[in-house]
Amino acid sequence: MESKGKKIFQLFLVFLKIGAFTFGGGYAMIPIIQKEIVENKKWITDDDILEIIAIAESTPGPIAINSATFVGYRVAGFFGAMFATLGVVLPSFVIILLISFVLREFQDIPAVQYAFNGIRAGVLALLIKALVSMYKKAPKGLVSYIVMGASFVITAFFDINVLFVIIGCAVFGLVTSLIAERRSKK
Amino acid sequence: MNIFLDLFLTFFKIGAFTFGGGYAMLPLMQEEVLAHKWMPLEDVVNFIAVSESTPGPFAINMATYVGSEVGGAFGLAGSIFGSFCATFGVVLPSFIVILIVAKCFERFKNSKVVKGCMTGLKPAVVGLIGSAIISVLLTVFIPNGFSMAVFTDASFYVALATFAICTVMAFKKVHPIIIIVLAAVLGIAAGYVL
Repeated sequence: MESKGKKIFQLFLVFLKIGAFTFGGGYAMIPIIQKEIVENKKWITDDDILEIIAIAESTPGPIAINSATFVGYRVAGFFGAMFATLGVVLPSFVIILLISFVLREFQDIPAVQYAFNGIRAGVLALLIKALVSMYKKAPKGLVSYIVMGASFVITAFFDINVLFVIIGCAVFGLVTSLIAERRSKK
Repeated sequence: MNIFLDLFLTFFKIGAFTFGGGYAMLPLMQEEVLAHKWMPLEDVVNFIAVSESTPGPFAINMATYVGSEVGGAFGLAGSIFGSFCATFGVVLPSFIVILIVAKCFERFKNSKVVKGCMTGLKPAVVGLIGSAIISVLLTVFIPNGFSMAVFTDASFYVALATFAICTVMAFKKVHPIIIIVLAAVLGIAAGYVL
């Protein structure tokens, strides 16, 4: 039986590794979690991983943080959750902080500005790719299309806070699904 | 308000209302960063590229970067503390919510309320990102606003060509880092030729 303190330290190390070697975040992390936590450490099972994905998708916040907190809590309680989350955040934090200093030094050089002119067009392409794959993953049906269209039009053409749109869409989804359920019971 | 408290609270809000992770946080973050005048949209878009090319989740990278830029007005220590406040803020809501969910998982999993809200939230993210993309599109193609002069400006056509090439590559599943590097090379070449 491993001591809890040792387990917490190992959680920290494993998630430190995950944070340092996952590009793009989110779902890219899942296979690494599976290999490290399920296969190597045997702390949780494959079924737990599926649960984690389901939860991460229906709670706010980045999937990386959600999974780290959940796995940490399952394995070693509150402090497990804390150190797993700290581990997954730390590499990004340090790397980005350093990059922000470097960017500040170099951003006025013409070549860097030219590069970013091109890069912004590239990022636009990546965003459109992401949009298409999110559209494919989103539920289909009338309610879904109404919400997509309405949230797009409202935020693109009217000066309405995104926060209200998010809350409105959640309420709309809740109401329509409750109505649909009541109808199917009749 | 104290700038560091503001960073913390703003990113707490972003963390609490972003569902789905990744680019799902872009619309809300874009709105907040622009409303606070923390940086122009161009810098946000530039940083998306940096975030794609470095390890770690987009949300954390973005929070750390914005925090560092905003806190940077107070020197090195301000940069570090600013990043800390923003990152801590964006992480905290997930952390708290997951701790609660982990304790009453079965109830949460079968909750009709959660499922119902998600049927609205999932498509909402698609619409919101679509709208965020429109603003990025404007920054890329007409950074100085629209006029007929745009069509005689060579940089407009360079942006269009770069975008077209990158889009084809993105849909052919070329790795994002390669796309970003290529876009950078095209940008530098165009900058020195024009």
